[in-house]
Amino acid sequence: MYAYTDFDRDFLAERNAQFRAQVERRIDGSLTEDEFKPLRLMNGLYLQLHAYMLRVAIPYGTLNAGQMRQLAMIADRWDKGYGHFTTRQNIQYNWPQLRDVPDMLDALGEVGMHAIQTSGNTIRNVTADHFAGAAAEEVADPRPVAELIRQWSTDHPEFQFLPRKFKVAVTGSDQDRAVTAAHDIGLRLVERHGRLGATVLVGGGLGRTPMIGKVLSDYVALDDLLPYLEAVVAVYNLLGRRDNKYKARIKITVHENGIEEIRRLVDAEFAPRKAAFNGADMALLDKIKADFAAPDFTPGAGDFQAHYTDDPVFRSFVDTNTVAHKHRDYAILTVSLKAHGATPGDATSDQMRVLADLAETYAHDELRISHEQNVILPHMPKRHLRAVFDALSQAGLGTANIGLASDIIACPGMDYCALATARSIPVAQEIATRFEELKLEHAVGPLKIKISGCINACGHHHVGHIGILGLDRAGVENYQITLGGDGGPDAVIGERAGPGFAYDEVVDAVERLVRAYLDLRDHADETFLDTYKRLGATPFKAALYPEVKAHAA
Amino acid sequence: MSRQFTPKVVTANALLEGDVVYLTKQGHWTRQHAEADLIEDAVTAEIRLLEAQALAHEVVGPYLADAVAGKNGPEPVHFREAFRTRGPSNYAHGKQPV
Ligand code: HEM
Ligand code: SF4
Repeated sequence: MYAYTDFDRDFLAERNAQFRAQVERRIDGSLTEDEFKPLRLMNGLYLQLHAYMLRVAIPYGTLNAGQMRQLAMIADRWDKGYGHFTTRQNIQYNWPQLRDVPDMLDALGEVGMHAIQTSGNTIRNVTADHFAGAAAEEVADPRPVAELIRQWSTDHPEFQFLPRKFKVAVTGSDQDRAVTAAHDIGLRLVERHGRLGATVLVGGGLGRTPMIGKVLSDYVALDDLLPYLEAVVAVYNLLGRRDNKYKARIKITVHENGIEEIRRLVDAEFAPRKAAFNGADMALLDKIKADFAAPDFTPGAGDFQAHYTDDPVFRSFVDTNTVAHKHRDYAILTVSLKAHGATPGDATSDQMRVLADLAETYAHDELRISHEQNVILPHMPKRHLRAVFDALSQAGLGTANIGLASDIIACPGMDYCALATARSIPVAQEIATRFEELKLEHAVGPLKIKISGCINACGHHHVGHIGILGLDRAGVENYQITLGGDGGPDAVIGERAGPGFAYDEVVDAVERLVRAYLDLRDHADETFLDTYKRLGATPFKAALYPEVKAHAA
Repeated sequence: MSRQFTPKVVTANALLEGDVVYLTKQGHWTRQHAEADLIEDAVTAEIRLLEAQALAHEVVGPYLADAVAGKNGPEPVHFREAFRTRGPSNYAHGKQPV
C-alpha cells in the first residue's frame, strides 16, 4: 500500500490547520457563509438536508485495518456510529458538527487520509477496479497509476477551478469493474508489444445528460500518460462551458466539438507538455509500484473443500460472494453492506472494526471499498474462509447476495441530500426485503438494480439493468424506470420504460419486471440483461404496464 | 389583494449543527415546525426573510417554505419540508424529537 512521506504528512497538517482557522472565523462571524462555503467544500464538507456531511476520499478504494479502525473511531466520536460508503469509493459521515470537523480531519491525517478534492470543480478522488492486484484476469494493477494521477492532480494549480467536477477511473482488467465509460476520463490499462499503456476514454458521465465515454486514444504509453492527461484536462479547462452549469461537463464539450476536434486539440497541447515532463513521474511511478507489491501468498487451502462440500449455507456464501483470485489457494471475498432491509452502503463502527480485524488477522491487512458500496477482502486465503464467514455472520455481514437483486446501489436521496427530489433508501430497503420474502433472488441470478433520488444520478441508475430515478411530480414522489443499462466493459445507458410509478407502486413494478424475466428467459443461465438484449423492451413494458396492454387489446 | 398567497414559514439550517430550524414570531430559531411563525402575506414574508438573513451568524441558507395552519401550529405542505421536520426515514436519527 502507498505509504505517506513526510512531505505528504506536513502538507496535510498545514492544510488542516488552515481549515481549522477558517472554521473558527466562520463561527466567530468574521467569515460569511458565502465566503466560507467554497472553503468548506474544498475540504469535503457539505451541508445536507438535516446536517453537515463530510466526504472522505478512499483513494482507489484501498485501505488497511488501521485506517478502517480510524474511520470507525471517527464515526463513534464525532458522528452517530456509522458511515456511508459511496459509489465513488468515499465514505460519508452524515452527522458531523461544524466545530468538530477540523478534529475529524486531523484524525484522518493521522492515518494518511483526507477529504481534499472530494468536492468542488476539480479532479476528484481517482477511483479504480476494487479487485485490483488480486483479479485472475488482470493485465496490471491499476492502483500505482491511480496513485500517480492522484499525486499529480492533488492541488494541481492549473486544475483547481475547472468548469465542473472531473472524475477519473482506472481499470487494469477487461472486465472493467470501475465503470470507466461513465467517467470524464476512463483509463483501461493495456499491453502493446510488452509495454504497458492505457486506452483513454473521454466524455462519459451520467447525470442530466448521460453519455458513454468515447475512445480518445486507443494507446498512450505509460511514460506519456501524465502529460497526455494534462493536455486533456487543459483543453477542457479552456473549452468547457462556464455559461451553464449543466453543460459544463467534458461530456458536453466532447459532444459539441466532436471527438476528432478534441483529439486534434489534445494532440497539439500534448507536444509541449510532454517536453516539460522530464521523466521524474516515471521514477516516482516505480517507487509507487514497489508500495503496491503483492503480499507473500501462502499456499494451501486447508479444509476449505470439506466445509464447502458439507455446509450448503457456507457453499452458497462462497458461490455468491467470492470470485477467482490470481493465486489458486486464495479468493476475492466481497462482504455485502446490503443486508436485506438495511441501508445500502452503511456500516456501523462495530462492523468496520470487525472487517478491520478480519483483514488484519486473516487477509494480509487489506480492504477495498467497491463502487457498488460493498467491502472487499481482496486477498482472502481459502483456508481461512470458514472462520471469516462465521465472524461476518455474527456481525450481520454474512449476507450472500453479491450481484443479486438485493445488492442495490442507492444514493442518499431525500433522506439526506439537499438536492434530492425523492427518497431512494427506503425504496432500496423495500425491494431487498421483498426479494428476501419471495426467496427468488438466487433463482433470478445476476441483476443490478440502481436507484437515484434525482437526475444527478449518483446512484448510477442509467447503468442499472433496472434503473430507478426518483422525481417530484406535482408534489408527490414518483419513480421512473429505465431498462437495459450496463456498467460493464460494453457500457450502455438504459432506456426509459414509460411513465413513472408512485412510491407505493414501484416495488410491485420491479417484482413484475423480474417475474416477466423468469417467464421469458430461454434457460436458467440467461441473465436478465441477456434476455432484455434478446427480446428488447416490449415484453418488459407489457409487464410494467399491464393496464396499457389490456387497453390496446 | 392580487394573487393568492400561500402561507409561509422561514426555515434554514443551524450554523453549528446543521439542524433544520424555523423562525419564530419572536425572532428566535426553533427546531419545531409547529412553533414557527406562519406568515400570511407576501410583504411580511419578505421582511421576515430579510430579518433571517441578517442572522447569518446563527443559520445557513434561510428561505421561505409553504405551510398551512394545523391543529397544533403550522404544518409543512410539500413532502420535502415534511421530511425536513422528521429527519431521515432509515434511522431514528431525527434531530427534532418527533
Ligand atoms: C449527499 C450528497 C451528494 C451531493 C450533494 C451530490 C451531488 C451530485 C451532483 C450535483 C452531481 C451531478 C454533477 C454533474 O453532472 O455536473 C452528482 C453526480 C454523481 N454523484 Fe453525487 N452527490 C452526493 C452524494 C453522492 C453519493 C453518496 C454518491 C455515491 C453513492 C454519489 C455519487 C455520484 C456519482 C457517481 C455521480 C456521477 C454521475 C455522473 O456520472 O455524472 N454522490 N452528485
Ligand atoms: S442523485 Fe440526487 S438525490 Fe441522490 S445523492 Fe445525488 S444529488 Fe442527492
